Amino acid sequence: MKRGHKIILNLVLVLTAAVTLSPIAWMVSVSLMPMGESSTYPPPFFPSEITFIHYYDLFERLNLARYLMNSAIIAVSVTAISLIINSMAGFAFAKYRFRGRDKLFRFLLAGLVIPAQVTMLPLFLMLNKMGFINTYLGVMIPGMASIFGIFLMRQYMLSIPDSLIDAARIDGASDFMVYRRLVIPLCKPIFVTLAIFTFMGTWNDFLWPLIVMTDDSMYTIPVALANLSLEHVQDTELMMAGSVLTILPVMLVFMVLQKYYIRGIMMGSVKG
Amino acid sequence: MTQAVTTIGKRIFSRSSTGYSRRAPYFFLAPALFMLCVFFFFPVIASFFMSFTDFDIYGLSDISLVRLVGLDNYAELLRDPLFWIALKNTFYFVLIGGPLSIAVSLSAALLINSKLARLKGLFRLVYFTPVVTTLVSVAIVWRYIYHPRFGLLNYVLDIFGIQTIDWLGDPFWAMPSIIILAVWKNFGYNMIIFIAGLQNIPDELYEASKIDGANAVSQFMSITLPMLAPTMLFVGIITMIGYFQLFAEPYIMTQGGPVNSTLSIVLYMYQEGFRWWNMGYAAALAFVLFIIIFIGTLIQLRVQKSGYEG
Repeated sequence: MKRGHKIILNLVLVLTAAVTLSPIAWMVSVSLMPMGESSTYPPPFFPSEITFIHYYDLFERLNLARYLMNSAIIAVSVTAISLIINSMAGFAFAKYRFRGRDKLFRFLLAGLVIPAQVTMLPLFLMLNKMGFINTYLGVMIPGMASIFGIFLMRQYMLSIPDSLIDAARIDGASDFMVYRRLVIPLCKPIFVTLAIFTFMGTWNDFLWPLIVMTDDSMYTIPVALANLSLEHVQDTELMMAGSVLTILPVMLVFMVLQKYYIRGIMMGSVKG
Repeated sequence: MTQAVTTIGKRIFSRSSTGYSRRAPYFFLAPALFMLCVFFFFPVIASFFMSFTDFDIYGLSDISLVRLVGLDNYAELLRDPLFWIALKNTFYFVLIGGPLSIAVSLSAALLINSKLARLKGLFRLVYFTPVVTTLVSVAIVWRYIYHPRFGLLNYVLDIFGIQTIDWLGDPFWAMPSIIILAVWKNFGYNMIIFIAGLQNIPDELYEASKIDGANAVSQFMSITLPMLAPTMLFVGIITMIGYFQLFAEPYIMTQGGPVNSTLSIVLYMYQEGFRWWNMGYAAALAFVLFIIIFIGTLIQLRVQKSGYEG
């Protein structure tokens, strides 16, 4: 009886895994097929012969390197800047007592229910006035400080013992030194966690870069891919290659640092 | 450089009598608060005021042409059949897709958390993979999977003798297709949260109920679900907020069609605001979305609270 349960349960796990992975596996497989092969019946799951022509095409003809670079520049910059800004704010909330601290923190958390779309119309007009439309900065600005990031940093920094900070102060360290030399090194894990969240979120983001980047050469990779997919509807293999290239960087980051990413999700859910 | 920063630092952090700098927390908060106020909270307020104006393409070139129109945009919304369609579609997506997605997440978490399961870490990783993919990419992939003639899905269904369905071309199936994609893409995220929640339930509770003769189903109903209530509340709220913002899937897969059956509020807002530059009208749309999300959050908080007490 117990044995039967065990087999069924593990079979369900394996089947679910197969269903979960099959769209991704199919994407990779089709991206390696000769042109038009996927549009036959029955739909082949494996390529009759492997070709990299579509990847070559994307770089040679469709400027993909440019879009990948745009995305990389934006995602890396937002990640670096937001780490500094959010960790400073998190530090203030976690390790200082000042008037209105808890009220301010609760106010920020309440802001989490506001969907970003509400800000987009005025933000577009503001950035337009400032000349930031079609610039990296325009896409980056809304991501530079994030309430979730501040929250994550604060939660982690609460666990730093006050005695450690007091000891550093007695040794004559300034507040900034405490932050720079003591808090940041102690918070390395949460820095990694927030870095992955921000990098992936920025890389995968679609609506805001779609609004800000109106000039083809400034497209981020998801925007460029969306555009291509509307033009090249029939080129299944080409679009799959484009999708693989879009997903690959975030997938690599995740595979290397998944432990930190999962921890971030759990921390975020500790207190809603 | 470092030297200069340190000197400036010393001046800013001049110490009060207690030995602690009073200005320091404000210095640390300043960049974040500045960015959030200027580029988040201010636009929220501005958006609110914009929704009472006739801001359009003329206003874009010359702001003095913008006039206050009171509640006209909102009155217009109520008369606009497309708004009602978008609202209905969005609710369809949230009310069916949200609970479905949570149910799948919880099932997956229960499977992985089971004592009988092998290779837990591997399965957890596999189920989580779609979460880290780029939505635009997988929406494109699924568009081909849903292809009526060459799509993988119809081929598999055909093996089981199910008739060909024009997933994205049929107004009846287009939204369910998007829901399936969303569930596939998202269930791993909530699954992780549920696994953490399940691991926090003490084993003794299950052992005690076993002695009382409880079976698996009654254990699930009387222990697992009540103990997961706080997790469920969190998951319910973040899922709802996320699902109300449906945009990329219809934008990529159906462009809101067929016959507007997948037009969502955000897609409609994008079209009105950034394609036709009816920004006052789009701001009203955005605000309606915000109010709906706000009320939805309050309802969930209320329902769960009464659940605790009841």
